[in-house]
Amino acid sequence: MNSIAIIILAPMLWGAIALALPPRLKFPLVFAGLLLGCFSAIQLMLLVSTEGAFTYAVGSWSAPLGIDLKVDGLAVSMLLLTQIISLIAALYAQLYLKQQPRQLAYFWPLLGFLLCGLNALFLSADLFNLYVTLEVVGLAAVSLVALTGKRANINAALRYLIATLLGSGLYLLGTGLIYGLYGTVSIELLAELIENPDQPALLYLKITIGLIIVGLMFKAALWPLHYWLPPAHGGAMPAVSALLSALVVKAAFYIVLRLWLELFGSLAALATPLLFGLGAAAILLGSWRAIQADELKRVVAYSTVAQVGYLFLALPLLSTVAQPPALQAISMQMIAHGTAKAAMFMAAGILVLVSAGGKIAQLQGSASRQPLAMFAFALAGVSLIGLPPSGGFIAKWYLLTALIESGFWPLVAVVLAGGLMAAWYVFRVINIAFTDSPDEASDNTLITTNKPQQTMAWLAMLLALAAIALGFCGQPLADLIATGAAS
Amino acid sequence: MSHSHLIFASTGILLFAMGFAAAIVSQAPLRKIIALNVMGSGIFLSFIALGSRAGNIDPTSQAMVLTGIVVAVAASALGLALTLRLKTLAEDGDE
Amino acid sequence: MSNGLWLVSLLLTSLIPAGIIFVLPERQVALRTTLNIFAAISKLAIIGMLLLEVENGATFRFSYTLGPSLEFALKADALALLFVTLSAILWLFTTIYAIGYLEQGHHRSRFFGFFSLCVTATVGIAMAANLATFFIFYELLTLATYPLVAHKGKASTLQGVKTYLTYTLCAGAVFLLGLMWLQTATGHSEFTQGGFLAANGEFTNWQLQLLFALLIGAVGVKMALVPLHGWLPKAMVAPAPVSALLHAVAVVKAGAFGIVRIVYEVFGIELSYSLGLLLPLALIASFTILWGSYRALFQDGLKKRLAFSTVSQASYIALGTALFGPIGTIGGLVHLVHQGVMKITLFFCAGNYANTLDVHNISQMNGIGRRMPITSLAFSIAALGMMGAPLTAGYISKEWLSEGAYAANMDWVSTVLWISSGLNAAYFLPILWRAWCKPEPSTWPQERIPRRGIKESYWLLLGPPAITAFLTVLLAIYADSSWSPLAWAKLIAEREYSNLPL
Repeated sequence: MNSIAIIILAPMLWGAIALALPPRLKFPLVFAGLLLGCFSAIQLMLLVSTEGAFTYAVGSWSAPLGIDLKVDGLAVSMLLLTQIISLIAALYAQLYLKQQPRQLAYFWPLLGFLLCGLNALFLSADLFNLYVTLEVVGLAAVSLVALTGKRANINAALRYLIATLLGSGLYLLGTGLIYGLYGTVSIELLAELIENPDQPALLYLKITIGLIIVGLMFKAALWPLHYWLPPAHGGAMPAVSALLSALVVKAAFYIVLRLWLELFGSLAALATPLLFGLGAAAILLGSWRAIQADELKRVVAYSTVAQVGYLFLALPLLSTVAQPPALQAISMQMIAHGTAKAAMFMAAGILVLVSAGGKIAQLQGSASRQPLAMFAFALAGVSLIGLPPSGGFIAKWYLLTALIESGFWPLVAVVLAGGLMAAWYVFRVINIAFTDSPDEASDNTLITTNKPQQTMAWLAMLLALAAIALGFCGQPLADLIATGAAS
Repeated sequence: MSHSHLIFASTGILLFAMGFAAAIVSQAPLRKIIALNVMGSGIFLSFIALGSRAGNIDPTSQAMVLTGIVVAVAASALGLALTLRLKTLAEDGDE
Repeated sequence: MSNGLWLVSLLLTSLIPAGIIFVLPERQVALRTTLNIFAAISKLAIIGMLLLEVENGATFRFSYTLGPSLEFALKADALALLFVTLSAILWLFTTIYAIGYLEQGHHRSRFFGFFSLCVTATVGIAMAANLATFFIFYELLTLATYPLVAHKGKASTLQGVKTYLTYTLCAGAVFLLGLMWLQTATGHSEFTQGGFLAANGEFTNWQLQLLFALLIGAVGVKMALVPLHGWLPKAMVAPAPVSALLHAVAVVKAGAFGIVRIVYEVFGIELSYSLGLLLPLALIASFTILWGSYRALFQDGLKKRLAFSTVSQASYIALGTALFGPIGTIGGLVHLVHQGVMKITLFFCAGNYANTLDVHNISQMNGIGRRMPITSLAFSIAALGMMGAPLTAGYISKEWLSEGAYAANMDWVSTVLWISSGLNAAYFLPILWRAWCKPEPSTWPQERIPRRGIKESYWLLLGPPAITAFLTVLLAIYADSSWSPLAWAKLIAEREYSNLPL
């Protein structure tokens, strides 16, 4: 299908061309490319909603020799999320980097490669292709973190690189071991072959699956393998942080989700207590660190660590009777968190810019001076806390439903506690923003931002409103995921 | 010999483990990058070894390993570039 | 227009203006005022229509699926309309008052934007057709009231706001727990006349009791049931119109309304009685009534005294709910309306005292009756109403509650009501005595004589309390007419108890 080719290849193409173009032409090309990507994603979504999921063989070579791409509801929703967030982040970055042409020069090609990798990842249907796309995404992401050239960011980027490579190493070894046993890396074929493994194969499989999951845990920043995330996301450019927290981290989890649903759900049930434990630890400890942090972007970064915890917490529920609500919770959480987190990072970026420093204590009076950015931050926070109406609330609702239906009451307490802790760190910022700063002259002087910052604030607001609007999209999303979702 | 692939595979996994451990434990970035490369080589070795179980040469696994090598090179290059930049910044007495 | 869309439009009459007001520049006073008033009036118009229809037995319902087994549903039954009408009318007055109060204030666009959101949330709470929708608007109310409480932006405001948030958000978490438990076990949380849990065999008795405790506890925070009332006095850092709104109209009443819905339409009065839940509720409500009045005695700050008075008075509604029988129910429901009118008058007056004379404490109120006669007259009428003096709305509700207590064989409740009236007198009469009988001080803390209008205050600030005070008396005189809140409460009780063999 043309849309598939476009959505994967176009970003690579415009990314490469953008390297060579003079500065003034870069953004228009990228913008056009992003719009094209959005259209393709929408087209694919419509296709899937009306005609159901389908498989696309690249170059008409089908598995096991060729590469199959699977287009189903889950893939398409992640694709759409990616294109939209990238579009808005790109607009934001264009305004943000007006003063830094050098960084701007390299941002576009890297964005292109990142997008190419992400799009291919969401569509992949075999283990090795997933590895390749994971690597493309990882390398692009690392480079984006290092873009500013500051020492702290280079350090963070290096740390991120090592972590991501460790993760992919584990993943690749796991893939190799599976390939060694079954002779194929296609997920569909493997699913049939793994039906009823005999004893020695079972042990071998469990080790392999363990390798793959741990590898992906590195990349998804599940506690305790999250150590690389706060410096990387907290220090990078706001647009980069938005992309990373919203999309890259989700991409790794997406793979775990896919493999769980289609390949080894029943086998990995062994890992349930571990995933519950790590998920709960991520939620509680991540939130706690967010409450403690005194730099705004660190708060948002630790919030990501906590929110990833929710995803992994819900994962084992997919193998219980509570599978429908669990799947609904996971898919809504991925999308809602992606949108809200991107909005939050963008809002935080503006707040940090105008308060000349990243500390929360410096944000006094922001509610009057940057009302739009603050409102966007607050709305995004509402979704993260899980207050209605928002996508985060829907995700929380279904997560709690799934937990109660499978009887894991302690985890219900963890999820509720996580929400309250999120409220703590979000309102901590908002409270200070509402307190007028001591040197506030006349309160009738208002917004002191300039025009580009106003536009940036509107972009953040757009995403924040989207996160709230997602609160009304629970049913359409459920229907979309249900079309052709793996059983 | 019909079991040679097992020896290669075990060696590969051993290399993987050594590389993995070294990457975590070492302090200097350069060491980490080298360790990661060793880890990668281990994986590639196991890949090929396991793929050629039946005694025949398996082209698919070789294709995959080639891709993997390319990725490893790119990743190492990035890592080295970052390390170099760090060194330059340290020498310049960064900002 | 399809039936259910009227309900959505009712929400939109305050939601859309909120959105517009947020983006209006500060100086667009006329436009903002027009929007506010227009929205309030159109809301009243729709409500008027709904009242007529529902009295004749029409039903209105709107529903939207938020997701599998999660339904957002609105309905306009008699109970909903009671609360909606109260909210809308009082909103109109509070808007007028707030426009006057904040005339020189800052961040007015932000204020009125969130103000409108508050009303939207309150109306949503009133019209929620199931507990899930109730919860959604409940949390929305918390969010919408936050910027209003934090409006003044001083460092001292911060503490009050933090307390407010802690209480309400924790309450929200507990509510969610109870709600989800209910929802997953029964598959829905629809408000049904007579309750639906009785017919449901999913829960054991002790589970039902626990569920009751969770839900009532959560809702009780907003309603300031002791010991969950701690946030209310602290929230007095808000400007007067906000306190008026919170205590008379929105937050506290929402909590009380929640208790009514949960007891009557989730559990059902029969089930609650048989599980022995009504007695503890009555006890806690009674304790709150007495404790609130007791604390009020020792407060010198006027708003603080009124805050504790609210703690006490709001529990009358819970008490009425806990009295098994239609008379108690009627008493509780009619008090919902009457207390709202009286309390808002008191807060309007408190605001006027602070605004014109910078008087915040009762000890500063000597002779204030001569300086600000209209305000003090309104205050006096409302205070008498709180005491339950004849010819005031408070008398009517107290009468019905007392009778309801006898009918339910809970005579001790009547004693509690008498003691409470006594305490009310004890903390209101001294204020009235000071205001009218003591000589004026030589100087007031800070006089702000209005540029236009009379020396007392602006008309915008005098009108609302005067009207609501007048209403207090009117409600009592015309209590027996078919248009009074009392008649409406009787209608609700009739429909509620018609399912039961009495």
